[in-house]
Amino acid sequence: MSNIRLENITKRFREVTALNDVTFTIKDGEFFVLLGPTGAGKTTTLRVIAGLEKQDSGHVYFDAELSDQIPPAERDVAFVFQQYSLYPNMSVYENLAFPLRSPLRQTPEAEIKTRIHHAAEKLRISHLLERKTGKLSGGEMQRVSIGRAIVREPRVFLMDEPLSNLDAKLRESLRVELKHIQKTQNSTTVFVTHDQIEALTMADRIAVLDEGHILQIGTPFDIYDRPATTAVAQLVGTPKINLLPTVRQNGSLVVQNSTVQINTPAGGVPEEVLLGVRPEDVKLTENGRFNGTVALIEPLGVETILHIQAGGQTLLSIVPGATTHRLNEAVRFDVSETHLHFFDAQGVRVQSG
Amino acid sequence: MATIELKQVEKKFGESYAVKPLDMTINSGEFIVLLGPSGCGKTTTLRMISGLEAVTSGNILFDGKDVTWLHPSARDIAFVFQFFALYSHLSARENIAFPLQAQGVKREEINQRVKAVAEMLKIEHVLNARPGALSGGDQQRVALARALVRQPAAFLMDEPLGALDAEFRESMRAEIKQLHLKQNATTVYVTHDQVEAMAMGDRIVVMSNAVVQQAATPSEVYHNPANLFVARFIGSPGMNLIQGTYQAGKIQLPGSNVMTVPEAWKQTLDSKLPADGKVIVGFRPEAVEVAADGEIHSTTYASDLHGGYTMLHLQLDRDVIVHARAAREMRYQLSETVRFNVQPNMVRFFHPETEAALQNGSHTT
Amino acid sequence: MMANQTYQAQSPVNFSTRVDKVGRRPMIASAIKGIVAIIIAFIMLIPVIWMGMTAFKSLSDAVSVPPKVFFTPTVEGFVNLFTQQRQLTDAEVAQYQERTDLNWAEQLVLQRQKTIIGQSQFAGQLLNSLIIAGASTIFSVIFAVLSAYAFSRFEIPGKDDLLFFILSQRMLPAVVVTVPIFLMYRQLGLYDTHIGMIFLYTSFNLSFAVWLLKGFIDEIPKEYEEAALVDGYTRLQAFRKVVLPQAVTGIAATTVFSLIFSWNEYAFALMLTSDRARTAPPSIPLILGTGGIEWSTIAAGSMLFLIPVVIVTFILRKHLLRGVTFGAIRKG
Repeated sequence: MSNIRLENITKRFREVTALNDVTFTIKDGEFFVLLGPTGAGKTTTLRVIAGLEKQDSGHVYFDAELSDQIPPAERDVAFVFQQYSLYPNMSVYENLAFPLRSPLRQTPEAEIKTRIHHAAEKLRISHLLERKTGKLSGGEMQRVSIGRAIVREPRVFLMDEPLSNLDAKLRESLRVELKHIQKTQNSTTVFVTHDQIEALTMADRIAVLDEGHILQIGTPFDIYDRPATTAVAQLVGTPKINLLPTVRQNGSLVVQNSTVQINTPAGGVPEEVLLGVRPEDVKLTENGRFNGTVALIEPLGVETILHIQAGGQTLLSIVPGATTHRLNEAVRFDVSETHLHFFDAQGVRVQSG
Repeated sequence: MATIELKQVEKKFGESYAVKPLDMTINSGEFIVLLGPSGCGKTTTLRMISGLEAVTSGNILFDGKDVTWLHPSARDIAFVFQFFALYSHLSARENIAFPLQAQGVKREEINQRVKAVAEMLKIEHVLNARPGALSGGDQQRVALARALVRQPAAFLMDEPLGALDAEFRESMRAEIKQLHLKQNATTVYVTHDQVEAMAMGDRIVVMSNAVVQQAATPSEVYHNPANLFVARFIGSPGMNLIQGTYQAGKIQLPGSNVMTVPEAWKQTLDSKLPADGKVIVGFRPEAVEVAADGEIHSTTYASDLHGGYTMLHLQLDRDVIVHARAAREMRYQLSETVRFNVQPNMVRFFHPETEAALQNGSHTT
Repeated sequence: MMANQTYQAQSPVNFSTRVDKVGRRPMIASAIKGIVAIIIAFIMLIPVIWMGMTAFKSLSDAVSVPPKVFFTPTVEGFVNLFTQQRQLTDAEVAQYQERTDLNWAEQLVLQRQKTIIGQSQFAGQLLNSLIIAGASTIFSVIFAVLSAYAFSRFEIPGKDDLLFFILSQRMLPAVVVTVPIFLMYRQLGLYDTHIGMIFLYTSFNLSFAVWLLKGFIDEIPKEYEEAALVDGYTRLQAFRKVVLPQAVTGIAATTVFSLIFSWNEYAFALMLTSDRARTAPPSIPLILGTGGIEWSTIAAGSMLFLIPVVIVTFILRKHLLRGVTFGAIRKG
């Protein structure tokens, strides 16, 4: 296991800048998630770490050792792809043995066998070892792919959206398993995803990327509770954060076209501020300061999303599943002032309090 | 707006059933969601209602009138496809006007109706653009507009949000629902996404393997699933389902755990279970109450933040893991011992062979 | 695995097995399908069957009117094919006629009034065809796989232009270039040599083979090799262990197409070979007897000429069906 440092990495594909001066360090034993929309540069970052892509400038260090010139085979990293990387003409066992039999490792067959059985046990694929990979289900295939990485015992695991081709139920269960395995092995893992829930649930730390830039790096709690920009705030959390344009009036912030108005936070904010409120922080109470009407009810079972029309603005609120609210009902609500987010006109978080 | 009735409608492809004989009534103005995994027969059902697919046998009635063998265009329905199915050589405006032109509606009226529907969907500014130049969300809005402008007797929608990015999907979901509230048109909506189904449907028809597993309100489907399939499929994650053995008011669970059966269920379990007492216990993640003196012992397998809350994954034994919803401040180390109870009114029981939910006649939703 | 999945495995009823399959009727249906297929195949194969029959007919049976479906098989056609013969003199004919102890071969000699004076060139020409077509096919496929892989995977300056250039090699009709090539070959001493013909067919096949194989290799996701690269293999090892096994279908299709071209090629062979390196195609039409066309002999030659291609196609048939329909049914 080891730590990885990327220093001022820039990568261009013809006219497109995929990565723009990206710098960060992944700690030893950490589950590090690169989160961002399509085209953010997450996969390119992963490929630069693996050596499958050569950066135009900047450096990659493994344990403080400069690794720019080291070919992929010698970096001792394991790569799990979104799909396709199992060899269809080999059995599961042969697939798992393939990296160990490489000319670089030439592991003795006896040890290969032990390692494979150990990994198969951990991933619950022992019964599949003799199967051809073409006959496996999607979930089984991805388990084998992960198994092929585990048998290597590499310095670092690189995973490129390994769960995104699976159906929702399978994704949920593999997510938990993968996290469990990572925690028990304490393996340094870099995991790429566009799915915020994967990032939140699995990561020790998340790096949010957009258009080749890092927007924020932090723990899931940091990212969720203190998003650095509106883009991060909107990317993380479902339903999405309420973002409301406000103006300052007599010491308070008034949400445009609405009844909502709050005290200007200590420390001061600019003239124009975007107010961010997570749906779970919009609370319906009988003596709430603001009023509105229920415009839409989305029952999700465990909880219900209420769309509350307050003047020209609509706020989303999460309430418990068994709600008695009716459509078009007049309601009173409050926002908890301790959990508010403020962003300036450029969408950058305004530090306060 | 139409009432749609399906009477013993079935569809076979070769020798295998795509849809087994099905009875269903969709009330006028209702929003019905057909939900199930791919290949369960939901899209075939929708296509039979539309007339795009012929039934193998059975009858389809619109407002009591048999339309089984009527051509799709004669059924007065609008179909919204997953991949929008917009004509790429026509502008958004021409796309929306297309069905009206086919009906021979007068030019002024067409303009008026296109304008009205574009206003409702907030797409006035893209009317002159070709579909290729629009975002996924706007393309689907244009497709919806093309359906709405007809003022048809029923809307049939086949995974209309399936091709959209996650960031659009949530808001489009609300938009479509809001549109339905305004128009109150009978709508049949197909999806494989249980969140979508829960959020949108007046009723959900859960299908699997060509058979309707349950047809009920979202709340009923969530709290009182008819069988194991529905219990697993609805919810994220699905219901915790654990195999146990019932004896004299107690259930033996994996990991040498014992669970006390709520009083209201004892009679049911005494009479309805197979002789060996095998039973499947089901409860939702939010029914788990972590407590120092909880009767079920477990160790933490993983715990993760979901934004507003934390999900605990608790291991009873090697193969049995319970998902539990907890306050977001809760943080656990790996392999810590956690004891919990299950809220008595939220526990459900299933027959191990038939997989059907047992009924005690008194449980709440 | 989480509880739900694990649970499913223990669950007594598996939902996914519930789709009903009924009926025994498919038996009859498939029997009917089989019969129809046989009838169609028979109709399509009539010319080939007729050729095969003619090869075993005597010269007179071959030209009889109405055509004979039932006949006494002879190897006369094959004998003619592989031998050089001369007309018997009257004296010799008289000599044969006097004898009463003629064996079957001598009877044949008497009947045809011709005698064998040596081997014909056909065996040698068939061998030439095998060598030239075989070698050029092997070379085309090897070179094409390598260059197709490079075109598919690497950034090559002017890649599109190069690819078009390669394809353009196939655009000129053979007839147009035969004369310049003939002059070139004469200068280079490649006229009427095996190497010359192998070289020519290889370069001619390459353009098509590169394009065909590039399509196949494009379809193999590059993640396979990248996984191998990260797993500790070199590019070449990854190519051999991962790409080649998956390109078998494409290689098989390319092999057959290349072989068929080289094997059938007529115009170049006619112009660029005379004696040593002459292949079978230009010589089969020249098998003309003195007293009219010897259909049995031609049929015998054609049949022998057909066999190698049939064998190769038969060996590779498993891959071919997927191979030749490739491009027509590409996935999404």
